[in-house]
Amino acid sequence: MIKRLAALVLLTFVSSSLLFAQTDWIRTGTGLGVEKVRLAVPDFKAAGNDAQTAPLLTVFNETLWNDLDNAGIFELVSKSFYPLSVPGTPPELQLAAWSNPPVNASMIAFGNFGVSGSDVAMQGWLYDVRNTGSPMVLGKQYRDPASPANARLQAHRFADEIIFRLGGGINGIAESKVYFISSRSGHKEVWQMDYDGAAQTQLTHLSSIASLSPRVSPDNTRVIFSTYAKRGLELVMYSLELGRMVSFPAYNGTNISPAWSPDGSKIAFSSSMHGHSEIYMADSAGANPKRLTVSSGHPDSSPAWNPKTGAQIAFVSGRTGLPQIYIMDADGTNVQRMTDTGYAVSPSWSPNGQLLAFAWRRSYGPGAPGSQDIYLMDVTTRQWVQLTHDSGTNDFPSWSPDGRHIVYESKQGGRSQIWSMLADGAKQHALTTSGENSQPNWSWK
Amino acid sequence: MKNRTRQSILLLVLAALFTLAGCAKKSTPPPPPPPPPPPQPTASLSANPDSIQAGQSTQLTWRTENATDVSIDGIGKVDPNGSKTVSPTESTTYRLIAKGAGGTQDATARVTVESAVAPVSETEEQMFTRQVQDVFFDYDSFSLRPEVTQSLAAASQFLQQHPNLRFTIEGHCDERGSTEYNLALGDSRAAAVRDQLTRNGVGADRIKTISYGKEKPFCTEANEQCWQQNRRAHFVLQK
Repeated sequence: MIKRLAALVLLTFVSSSLLFAQTDWIRTGTGLGVEKVRLAVPDFKAAGNDAQTAPLLTVFNETLWNDLDNAGIFELVSKSFYPLSVPGTPPELQLAAWSNPPVNASMIAFGNFGVSGSDVAMQGWLYDVRNTGSPMVLGKQYRDPASPANARLQAHRFADEIIFRLGGGINGIAESKVYFISSRSGHKEVWQMDYDGAAQTQLTHLSSIASLSPRVSPDNTRVIFSTYAKRGLELVMYSLELGRMVSFPAYNGTNISPAWSPDGSKIAFSSSMHGHSEIYMADSAGANPKRLTVSSGHPDSSPAWNPKTGAQIAFVSGRTGLPQIYIMDADGTNVQRMTDTGYAVSPSWSPNGQLLAFAWRRSYGPGAPGSQDIYLMDVTTRQWVQLTHDSGTNDFPSWSPDGRHIVYESKQGGRSQIWSMLADGAKQHALTTSGENSQPNWSWK
Repeated sequence: MKNRTRQSILLLVLAALFTLAGCAKKSTPPPPPPPPPPPQPTASLSANPDSIQAGQSTQLTWRTENATDVSIDGIGKVDPNGSKTVSPTESTTYRLIAKGAGGTQDATARVTVESAVAPVSETEEQMFTRQVQDVFFDYDSFSLRPEVTQSLAAASQFLQQHPNLRFTIEGHCDERGSTEYNLALGDSRAAAVRDQLTRNGVGADRIKTISYGKEKPFCTEANEQCWQQNRRAHFVLQK
């Protein structure tokens, strides 16, 4: 077993390694063993005397800190070590005060923020405090109408700039969104939120028996999902640009679990339009649905496209009994079973195309103990690692665009909520608390 | 009859009391004996047979004594002794009341009516519910259990006799397992039942299927009894 695990190499964005923890399970994942950048992030200084500045500055500082902390590539230096005098502009920065003990930072992000007139303006810098010759790594200025939402947006943008520079050229995710199902209005409707759980907003008001499985298009303009309508479970489309439902053809039978191809031109989904549950593919307007699987009455669901190549689709099938994860070529050929046992569902393909995240109950059966957890599997070697442990029933993992995070549904006690974690299983935290929330889907950018 | 016995006992006790009183008070002369009370009426009523099928009849027979006014509820005034043929449509308790100078006496007889055939008032929907019964499944399975094949054969026969009925088969799952896979599984359950009915000759164009997965449970407790209730194909008549 250990040999098997040791053979597992996960290559999402940087080299990875295995780490043996004290517990009976093994910590592994992306970026472990790589020294994290020690980053100091003093609170931005207030600029000007406007009374609106203080509350917005609090929002900005909290958001920036959380974004950088969540990124998983920094070791943020605790604020208690910082010098008493905090810089708001480059002339106020004394490099030695930040590079020497007790701070020992490699980098510092600092700046100022204030409301002037109806706008809020931010100036921010990232400095390499050990490079005394030319310490500036980046400098940014933003100006937007003054509002808490824009204070958060400016913090997200600045955090994404820093993550892009220091995280190996991979775009940050602070401006990405998560689409999900919430029942807090009394019906299961489609909602959206910022990647950190802020600004939770109801998108649909269909009041059907349930709306399910939202998936955002790669260009962030549309959300396709399944809802109970006249003919049963139909696929329907919501335009994020128009803020309303747009037309999509209604097929016969039960139509569920849509998935966008990475170029946005096609949709794979599960349908019984010709009598039995199979995986189909149609173009993004719903035309020319074509069957991909042949499972003769056995349930097939939850297709997930390889976002790197667009050439493969992972899916779930009960063709051998309990549901297992399979992959196939996008034309339906070359079907391969990936999981060997238990109850395996809800695959999500990592942005680099190398890993599948999915939900697995390895010992499953009437009366069988054990929880359903989130796992990663290397598509090539089929080696797997467990990311959640002893935390109830977990399902519907969805990768962040940078491949460093996974959002998922977790039911720990009464009601399911949306959780987020790093792709190595660290920093698990809930994003929702109100009502029952499920089936998160992370935007593509 | 019982009342009569009770009356006799009462008279005996009264007589005994008077006798005892007489013994205790020797100094006073005994009062004149009371005039004898008028005789108490007696009554009996019977039905033969006392159990009939709907539409059949039975004979009520009654006898009374010392009664001047005899009636039966639901029939009216009758002779002191007699018989009458009745055909009640539902189980009935007949009550005879005999009144006389000595008091009132009643007697009852119950006629049980068994409904041999379904009442004509049953609607097609009620028949559908009775004849076309929900199908239950094993855990994570959409295979039809052996006994289900029989019940679906009976259902098919009924459906072929009522070719105007159109209906929906809803596939349901228990709360365990994943939302999307359960929707696919519920769809396979509904399809398995539909396929069996069409094999038995029921037209596929009369059948609509829908999967509710675990979105619309019949029972919401987390135990096997409840889960079994939710692992089903549920028939709904289209109106």
